[in-house]
Amino acid sequence: MASNPMYQFNVYRIGPEIKLGAVDISFTNASLFMVISSLAILIIFNLGAKKKTLIPDKLQLLSELSYSFVAKMISDTAGSKAKPYFSFIFSLFMFVLFCNMFGMIPYAFTVTSHIIVTFVLAAFIFIGVTIIGFMKHGLGYLKLFVPSGVPMVLLPLIVVIEIISYLSRPISLSVRLFANMMAGHTMMKVFGGFVISLGIVGGWLPLSFSVALTGLEILVAFLQAYVFAILTCIYLNDALNLHH
Amino acid sequence: MLKKIVILLFVTCFACFNTVFAAESGGMPQLNPEFWISQIFWLIITFGILFIVLTKVILPKISDNLETRKSQILENIETADKQKEESQKKIDEYEKIILDSKLKAKSYFNEAREKILDDINKKRAALEKDLDEEIDEVEKELSDLKNKSGEKINKIAAETSAELIKELIGEEVNSSSIAAIVEDQSKIKRERKDV
Repeated sequence: MASNPMYQFNVYRIGPEIKLGAVDISFTNASLFMVISSLAILIIFNLGAKKKTLIPDKLQLLSELSYSFVAKMISDTAGSKAKPYFSFIFSLFMFVLFCNMFGMIPYAFTVTSHIIVTFVLAAFIFIGVTIIGFMKHGLGYLKLFVPSGVPMVLLPLIVVIEIISYLSRPISLSVRLFANMMAGHTMMKVFGGFVISLGIVGGWLPLSFSVALTGLEILVAFLQAYVFAILTCIYLNDALNLHH
Repeated sequence: MLKKIVILLFVTCFACFNTVFAAESGGMPQLNPEFWISQIFWLIITFGILFIVLTKVILPKISDNLETRKSQILENIETADKQKEESQKKIDEYEKIILDSKLKAKSYFNEAREKILDDINKKRAALEKDLDEEIDEVEKELSDLKNKSGEKINKIAAETSAELIKELIGEEVNSSSIAAIVEDQSKIKRERKDV
């Protein structure tokens, strides 16, 4: 086992090499954990939705609570107009949450610790939100970059800043999730390595640190999924209800 | 079942992890573009399937469940309200009946009491009348006796004084004059007493 703390992020092929034309789309450990996460979500929520009892059992309660949690989050941040996008945000939140949580299992791979994955999600959200904005408001959506009540002198500067902040949304969104996950897992790996190298005498301190970090990382895993989803809601809110 | 699947996948992954040994590049594996396309491809597939199945199958069911539960709870609350109203009505009715019967009982009681009081008064009046009559009779008798006794006393006094005088003087005195004297004396005494 490699002691390099970055080793856990390596992607490697599982099974044969699959080529689609010139590009390599082989099944990797990252793909495996994407499949596991999706399957887990589908199985849990399918079981939770199957029974229709007045008093829910545990799985049903779990799925219904998640449903109302996400629904409330969307209606609080983006209003009632965002209802059609509920299922997308729900899937997004659950996917990120499950990927983060599966990453907490020792030796598991964290899908969301890869910038390419989070960036594709964020870019998709960014493009989707921009398209929704232009479809709802036409060219009026460009008013988003012109805040009201700004003196004319400052306007060019403000518009430039607004455009830059708007364009950096996918980057900030993806880097936030990726960096949080990577840093947390790296730190846990480093402390785990300390336990081994310090041995039975001095290993207790990093071990207790590792235990505490595990709790923290589970919190971060949930929190980052929540932040990811709620930022999506906020971007959606900008596109649906032009406030400026 | 879920646990089994997870454990199975986990074990295979672990085995792969041990057998496949990727070259250590030293930098961040995230920036190695070798598997970027593959990751994007599989992300689109898995997330796409997840999204479609959740949207088409699972979420409508959950929202259905929530809706039915909400409506059922509202219905139940409505029935409960109705039943509460009904029970309130019944309670009112019951209280009215109790109040009525109480009033009735009171009136019965009062009637009976009046009747009994009337009876008692009547009987008492009759009894008092009887008693008054008797008392009158007795008083009359007493006064008769008193009058008679006065006369008798005078008579006895006259006789005794006649006898006394006869003994003292040895002469017979006219009894009528003695009687007159006794009468006078007793009158004087009575007057004195009255004064």
